[in-house]
Amino acid sequence: MPGAVVPTVRIQAEDFDVAAEIARLTKGRADIGAVVTFSGLCRDEAGRLSALELEHYPGMAEAEIARIAGEATERWPLQGLTVIHRHGKVRPGENIVLVVAASAHRQAAFEAANFLMDYLKSRAPFWKKEHHGDGSEGGWVDAKESDDKAASRWRQAASKRK
Amino acid sequence: MSTRLIYFAWVRERIGKPQEDVELPDGVETVADLLRWLKSRGEEYEHALRYPDVIRVAINQEHVEHREKISGAREIALFPPMTGG
Repeated sequence: MPGAVVPTVRIQAEDFDVAAEIARLTKGRADIGAVVTFSGLCRDEAGRLSALELEHYPGMAEAEIARIAGEATERWPLQGLTVIHRHGKVRPGENIVLVVAASAHRQAAFEAANFLMDYLKSRAPFWKKEHHGDGSEGGWVDAKESDDKAASRWRQAASKRK
Repeated sequence: MSTRLIYFAWVRERIGKPQEDVELPDGVETVADLLRWLKSRGEEYEHALRYPDVIRVAINQEHVEHREKISGAREIALFPPMTGG
């Protein structure tokens, strides 16, 4: 039933285990037909980066992701939803973010995971700073206009439905 | 009543501190007024807030527009566009 699920939101410095997070949502249940996971990883940008440092706004990061996750549970019939976002220093190849959406059918799970990521990119209070392979400190990553556009298409989709 | 201002990412680096408590002068009623007033407080603020349109603002940990009234805000955060995910 829409809105009945309470999303799990965690903001943490430690890494996470994707398989364990899927198992946590599906264990002991026979009503889930689809699980979609999205993992975001740190790239090295062709050897240029040694790490990304993620600054966040403690308190608001949790609250804002919980607001976005709550909206997803109202828009799609989900049976489980987990969002984990790391902060601090993350090295190339390591995880940054995880979304796990569980539903009876695949379409709701795919769309909810996609929606979550589009909104996280432009509304969750995190900022990435680059660290270079030669040890020097790089700059702050610029926000992409394409991320704002990706988030706004969900608002258009919602207003068309009304 | 004092208001806590919190800064993140390059806004924090340019202003040179993570947070401060300020007494807002009369006439500072909206977020846009606040940005204009802060900008006049010294060259580090001028540097951080040179292009006020790009600055994102949260009041009591919720996103707001620059036209939003700030009366009663305990905590106002200023930061660049977000780059999480």
